[in-house]
Amino acid sequence: MVYQLINKNGLCEYYNLNENPGISQRISVRKDKFAFLDDQKIEQQLISFKDDSQIHITFYLPQMHCSSCLYLLENLHKLNKGVIASKVNFTRKEVAIRFNFKETSLRKVAELLTSIGYEPYISLSDLKQAKPGVNKTLIYQLGVAGFCFANIMLMSFPEYLGLESAEKSLQGVFRTLNFILSLPVLLYSALPFYESAWKSLKHKFLNIDAPIALAILMTFVRSAYEVLSGTGAGYFDSMTGIVFFMLAGRILQQKTHQQLSFERDYTSYFPVAVTVIKNKEEVPVALPDIKLNDTLLIHNEELIPTDGILTKGKAFIDYSFVTGESLPVMKDTGEFIYAGGKQTGGTIEVLVMKEVAQSYLTRLWNKDEQTATEEKSQSFVQGLSRYFTYIVLSVALIGAVYWSFYDSHKAWNVITTVLIVACPCALLLSNSFTNGNILTILARNKFYLRNAQAIEDMAGISHIVFDKTGTLTNTHHQDIVYEGTLLTKDQEQLVGTLAAQSTHPLSKALTTYLKRNTKFEVIGFSEVKGEGIEGFVNGELVALGSKRFIKGKFTKPDEGTRVYVSVENKPLGYFRFQNHYRETLPALVSDLKKQFDLSVISGDGPAEKENLQNLMGLKTNVLFEQSPADKLSYIQQLQTKHENVMMIGDGLNDAGALKQSNVGIALTENTNNFTPASDAILEAAQLSKLTRFIQLCRANKQIVMASFILSIVYNIIGLFFALQGVLSPMIAAILMPSSSISIILLTFGSSSLAARWLKL
Amino acid sequence: MSVIIVLLLASISVAALFLAAFIWSVKKGQFDDDYSPPRRILFEDSPPE
Repeated sequence: MVYQLINKNGLCEYYNLNENPGISQRISVRKDKFAFLDDQKIEQQLISFKDDSQIHITFYLPQMHCSSCLYLLENLHKLNKGVIASKVNFTRKEVAIRFNFKETSLRKVAELLTSIGYEPYISLSDLKQAKPGVNKTLIYQLGVAGFCFANIMLMSFPEYLGLESAEKSLQGVFRTLNFILSLPVLLYSALPFYESAWKSLKHKFLNIDAPIALAILMTFVRSAYEVLSGTGAGYFDSMTGIVFFMLAGRILQQKTHQQLSFERDYTSYFPVAVTVIKNKEEVPVALPDIKLNDTLLIHNEELIPTDGILTKGKAFIDYSFVTGESLPVMKDTGEFIYAGGKQTGGTIEVLVMKEVAQSYLTRLWNKDEQTATEEKSQSFVQGLSRYFTYIVLSVALIGAVYWSFYDSHKAWNVITTVLIVACPCALLLSNSFTNGNILTILARNKFYLRNAQAIEDMAGISHIVFDKTGTLTNTHHQDIVYEGTLLTKDQEQLVGTLAAQSTHPLSKALTTYLKRNTKFEVIGFSEVKGEGIEGFVNGELVALGSKRFIKGKFTKPDEGTRVYVSVENKPLGYFRFQNHYRETLPALVSDLKKQFDLSVISGDGPAEKENLQNLMGLKTNVLFEQSPADKLSYIQQLQTKHENVMMIGDGLNDAGALKQSNVGIALTENTNNFTPASDAILEAAQLSKLTRFIQLCRANKQIVMASFILSIVYNIIGLFFALQGVLSPMIAAILMPSSSISIILLTFGSSSLAARWLKL
Repeated sequence: MSVIIVLLLASISVAALFLAAFIWSVKKGQFDDDYSPPRRILFEDSPPE
C-alpha cells in the first residue's frame, strides 16, 4: 500500500536510498482517528502560523529513523498537492509542514503522514503551546568571548615581547584597543556568572560563581586603572581567557539530549481529544473539556484518559504504560477502570467518573510535584569553593594589612592581584569539563543523564531499589511452563494451531511456543471474549482458556497468569506464564550486591517471591503488592535512614518513587518510547553496565579533586608573586591559560581513560 | 608604523565579520540538526522553496 502510493507519485528513488527503508506498515489507522483535527479550537492551539492561505505546523514523528524517511517526508508535496513544503529536523524527529488549507486540511495531512507510516504523535502537552526553545544565549556569549579573547591575546604579544622605544606610541593604541575589546566580555559574556553570583548572595550563601564574578570585576577595574593611568597593560587577556574557557565548560556540561525529555508529565502521554457520544452522535472533544458523566468511546489501541466505569463492550486493557506489565487485564461491563491503560481489541464505552485532572494517575503526578520542589543535594564543588573563597579573602586581607605597614602604595596592588590569581576558575573548569566529558561517555553507552548534578548523586548511592515488571523482567519475552498431563507432540500442535486463530496476546505467545501445523484444519472455531477459545482441530475438540472456561463455573480463579487446556472435553493441564528475567541479571546482581543494599519492589502478587529471592540473594528486601504510593513511601523510609537511594523503574506507577529517590533511572526498551520523569534514562539492553556506570561517576569526583590540587599548585605560585606585589601581566598571561589548558587536558584525558578502563 | 594600525583595524574587522557570521548561523538554526542537511543535498530533486 505504501509502495503503491510512492510508486504512483514517482518517488521510487526512496527504495534505492537505503537497504531497508521504512518500518513495516502497522495496522491501518481507524478512519476517524484524526477527526478532532477538524475542530477549529484544537487546530488553533496546534498550529504555529496561519494566514489567509497557509498553515504552518510542526509534527513530532517518533518513527523517523533513516535518510529514506527524510527523503519521503520532504517530498510530501508530491503526495498531496495541498502541501507547499515540508522540512525535517532529524535530531528532534520533527517535520515542519506548510500547506494550503484551501486545498487540504490539517486532518488530511495527518492522515497522509499516517498512511506512509509516520503517525504524528499529538499529545495533550502540545496544546499548552509553551515549547521551550534551546537556549542560544550562552553560545552567543561564548562566540563574543572567543572573538575578544583571541584579539586581545594577539595585541598583548608585542607588550610581552617588549616594544622598542621608538614604537611606544603603538603601545597606547594596543592598550586602548584591548580595553575596548574587553568591554563586551565584561558586559555581555560574563553575565551568567554575575546572575548566578547575585542569586546566591540573595540567598545568603556563597556559591562558586561569587568569587569568580568578583575576580572578573576586580581584574577589569585594576586593568582599566592601569591602562587609563598609563602605568601598565592590565590583565585583559587573562580575564577574557578565563571567561571564554569557563563558558565553554558550561556549554559542554549543559549539552542536553534534545531528543529526550526528562520532564514529562501526564499531558504528554494523553491524546489531544477523545470521541464522546453526545445524543447518539460521535463528537471529538478536547481532553480538558471532558465532563463528568460523559460517555467516551474508546477504540482499539487508544488510551483511556480518565477514571470511569465500563458501560459497554469487553475491555482488555494494556497497562504496560503504567505498571510495565505487558499482558492486558480483562474488565467486564460495570467494572471501574483507571486512566492510563490502552484498550486492545474491540471498541468500548466508558462513563466518566472523574475529570481528567482528577484521575488517580494525574493526582499521583501532581503529588510528586510537591516533593520535587525541595532542593535536591548540593554539589561538593560548592562546598569546596566556599572554603576556598574564605581562605583567599583572608590571604588577601593579611597581605593588605602587611603591606599597608611597609608600603601603603602596594596594598591596593596586592589585594587586586591576589583576588585575580586566586579566582577558583580552575576548580570550576575542571568540574565542568569532567562532567561534560562523562555525560558524553555515558550517552555513548545509551545512558542519558539529565544534568551534571546527577553524576554526583550517582556516585553517592548506597541503596538500589528495582521495580520488577519491565525492569528486572523483559517485557517482550515470557517463559511458558506447562503443568499437568504431558502433551504429545501432536497435541501440542493441535493447541498451537488453535491458538493461532486468536489475536489475544496469550494465544500469540502460545503459538510461538508450541508452533502451529498449517496442515491441520480448524472447524467451528469460537472465541468467548475474555474467557477462551475452542474449535475442532484436525477433528479433535480443543479448548483453551481460563480455569472457569475449561473446568466449569464453580472453580476458584487462581494466582498468576495461566491458560488451561482441554482436548475432547478432558482437562489436561495448564500453561503458566512467567516473567522472563533479563539474562544479564544474575551477573549484575552479584556485582551490585558487594557494594550496595538492594531492594525489589513490585506491584504484582507474590507468586514469584521465592524465585526472585533466590535470584537476588537473601539479603535483598523483596516486596510485593506495592501500590505507587507504597513505593514512594518505601523510598522515603530509606532516606530517613540516611540512605542515598537509586530507583530504577519503567512504568508510570514508578513515577513517584523515581522523583523521590536521589537518582531515579527510567528504563526503556527504546529511547523513542515515552518514559516517566526521571534523572536519567537508560536503554534496557545496557542495564548490565550499571555497576560500571556508577564507578565512572565515582571517578568523576576523584578527577575533579586531582585537578583541583593541581590548580592549587598554580594558585600558590601565583600568590607567591602576588603577595610580593610583583605579579607582572606576563606571568599572569602565562599562568592563566596554561593552568586552564593543562587542567582541561587532565580532566578530559583522565575521564576518558577511566571510561576505557571500565570498558565503556 | 601607521600601517600597523591599518592592518590591525583590518584584521579586527575581518574577525568581527566572522563573529557576525557565526552569530547569524546560530540564530538561523544551522547547528540545530546535523543529520538532514548533509543528506538532503544528495537527493536528486530537492523540495521546492
